[in-house]
Amino acid sequence: MEWLTKAFDAVVLDWGSALLQGALVTLQISLGAFSVGLFIGLLVAMIKMTRHGLLLRLANAYTTVCRAVPELLLILLLYYAGGDLINWVLAQLDQGPAPINGFMAAVVVLGIVQGAYAAEIIRGAVQSIPTGHLEAARAFGCPRRMIVQRIVLPEMLPYALGGLSNLWLILIKDSALISVVGYNELLFTTKQAAGSTREYLLFYLAVAAVYLLITLLSNLLFSRFDRRISRWMPAH
Amino acid sequence: MNFEWLGEYGRMMALGVMTTLQLLLIAGTLGFALAVLVGFGRLSRQPFIAWLSLSFTNLIRGTPLLVQIYVMYYGLGSLFVSFPLLRDSWLWPYLREGFWYVALALMLSVAGYVGEVIKGGLRGVPKGELEAARALGMPRLLMIRRIWLPRAIFILLPTLAGESVMLLKSTALASTVAVMDALGVANLIRNQTFLTYEPLLVMALIYLLLAMLIERLFKRLEMRLPVRNAF
Repeated sequence: MEWLTKAFDAVVLDWGSALLQGALVTLQISLGAFSVGLFIGLLVAMIKMTRHGLLLRLANAYTTVCRAVPELLLILLLYYAGGDLINWVLAQLDQGPAPINGFMAAVVVLGIVQGAYAAEIIRGAVQSIPTGHLEAARAFGCPRRMIVQRIVLPEMLPYALGGLSNLWLILIKDSALISVVGYNELLFTTKQAAGSTREYLLFYLAVAAVYLLITLLSNLLFSRFDRRISRWMPAH
Repeated sequence: MNFEWLGEYGRMMALGVMTTLQLLLIAGTLGFALAVLVGFGRLSRQPFIAWLSLSFTNLIRGTPLLVQIYVMYYGLGSLFVSFPLLRDSWLWPYLREGFWYVALALMLSVAGYVGEVIKGGLRGVPKGELEAARALGMPRLLMIRRIWLPRAIFILLPTLAGESVMLLKSTALASTVAVMDALGVANLIRNQTFLTYEPLLVMALIYLLLAMLIERLFKRLEMRLPVRNAF
């Protein structure tokens, strides 16, 4: 009992607001990276479906590398390379070096890694749209743009949602890797808390519970959303 | 780009890759064995066992592997320090090493993720085959060993190949608790040579090759299946 009150004091009273702040940063990073990943994924999926010679090869190389090389290594590589690239561009423009914005770097790096997986999911979803629907739209003389906006994108969503929700959960967990490059998100804050209180087990278990809470809540939201957008789908 | 360090650090890199492969093999085999238990547990008719395996997979899949490694290494590690009996025992040199904590965390992670996969495979085995075995009077354990599990694994080979590549990638997290695996060695070389990218790029290439090797091995295994299955 005494241990419990001590734990409550340390985790909630002393470090509660810092951990909450860290959790918010983790969510912000993940949301940002999810959007970047979706954007890259759509782009790469389109390239893969149109089979454009050189672009196709580049797209394939990108997905192969991102799916075979450890995320941590990619994050280290992109984090440093990205900063150097920006400073190199600035130097070409006769500007001094800019401090890297850690938040943006995290979002872009995680987004690039996610994009490779998103591309495969989106491609699969687009290909599961019944061809008849597209042919019907074409028969009515719908312009290409309208077909994409009104049929392909909305019809693809129910097929893609399962994969995308998995991707979101992977992203939440991958965002913890950003703590290795020293950006102040949830796990990094926890490291500091654990180090200064010397209560390692307590704080790491607490942060595990926070991540678990985020993923369980996400599952709930995704299954609600799924029920909403697949109302009209035929029962399997 | 400067690759002159390759000669000097070649031996160290080979050792790092060996450590990565050791983690892969240990966590892969032990984790797979545990995953089979979890997979059957998920299908169990006893509510407690089903609940236990479900909670385990939710726990593993719901928290970052890096946090799990920290819980093992810093959490359990700091707990062990407070037992003088353990500190004096022959176990202590092992308990201080990050390697075994990472191996344990990876093993549990494999059990969680692959357990769910195996559950799916076990469900995918045609019911008639199991009924036929039961009709012939085959004891339950023998049926599991000879028919249910092998058939499920055959169905799952492509998925298991993907999971093995995932495991290979996960082993890189060992470097965060000072284990000299492939990525750990790359980081060490970076510190000693002051080169930012080159060691990371070389290691990325090695991971890429290892991933291809794993895919190739599984393809071979698939080709050697005694039965070409009907689906």
